[in-house]
Amino acid sequence: MTQTLQVSLWRGGAEGRYQVYEVPLRENQTVLDVVTWVQRNADATLSYRFACRVGMCGSCAMTVNGRPRWTCRTHVSKVAKGGRLAIGPLENLPVIKDLATDMAPFFEKWQQANGAFAPSKSRAEPIERISPDSDDRRAVNAAIECINCGVCYAACDTVRWDPDYLGPAALNRAWTLVNDERDAGNTARLAAVAADGGCHACHSHQSCQEHCPLALNPTASIAGLKRRTTAAYLRGEIKL
Amino acid sequence: MNVRLYIWQRTSAAIMAPLVVVHLLVIFYAMRKGFSAAEILSRTRGSVAWALFYGLFIAAASVHAPIGLRTILAEWTPLPARMRDVAVIAFGVALAVLGFRAIAAVVLS
Repeated sequence: MTQTLQVSLWRGGAEGRYQVYEVPLRENQTVLDVVTWVQRNADATLSYRFACRVGMCGSCAMTVNGRPRWTCRTHVSKVAKGGRLAIGPLENLPVIKDLATDMAPFFEKWQQANGAFAPSKSRAEPIERISPDSDDRRAVNAAIECINCGVCYAACDTVRWDPDYLGPAALNRAWTLVNDERDAGNTARLAAVAADGGCHACHSHQSCQEHCPLALNPTASIAGLKRRTTAAYLRGEIKL
Repeated sequence: MNVRLYIWQRTSAAIMAPLVVVHLLVIFYAMRKGFSAAEILSRTRGSVAWALFYGLFIAAASVHAPIGLRTILAEWTPLPARMRDVAVIAFGVALAVLGFRAIAAVVLS
């Protein structure tokens, strides 16, 4: 007899309910495989989001048994306690339908934190030589691999409590640019992350680093921003 | 929370940290000695040093506590920002008034 999983999937928008599906258990199976099986075999109206399936694009994050996870790299054998899975949309983001959340607030905050690179030179000028061993570049390296999956944002208590808080991913991005020697936008960026809802709103609960699928540490990036903005404010370089 | 409030909060915390230790040690000392209120007052009346010690303590606490309360109100209540800020400023002023009044009552009387 084929072994099965009892899978509860969130159906509906903000108002909805969990619906149970029986899904064949495979020897080697990710949570995304389970969701895809339901969509292809049980209910074609199920909405969810994915693209690369290999942990690069950051589009398939969902809440799995209460924890935000990247579903394409989460094996069922690791998380299905007693053959049961409860899969819902990410927390702290508006639900569009079923397992798909609206990521617009997440990326708007990325922009509010001045997360876009501000070039300091034109393409006619020579490119800076940046030593991989420099302190700045090491700080960038530690934070740069973010894939914007939204897991940290969904895990963050401060995001849940304060709708104006920029969140770990946006601040982590700002930290990579603050340490980028080529960037010319740091005064405005530091002012943006020093305002209400910026880095100082972080309580250092560290849920972001606990849940980050890439084992990044946004709390450390935010701590760096706190130090950098404090120094800039005391020197009079930024105003509120 | 923004960088200005952050600096005020951290600075006031740094000022209070050693003061809290002294405050607790004095409480332990007074308890161990079994001092009555009258005996404590006899030691503190007219003391400029204690007035300065607790004056600094109250000034720091009156800055520190409202900033933390502001964050709690922002995260846990639907109070509009302006009303929240007015409420915590009033709380800070109340702390300062009550504290300095207590110092005046103990040290100056």
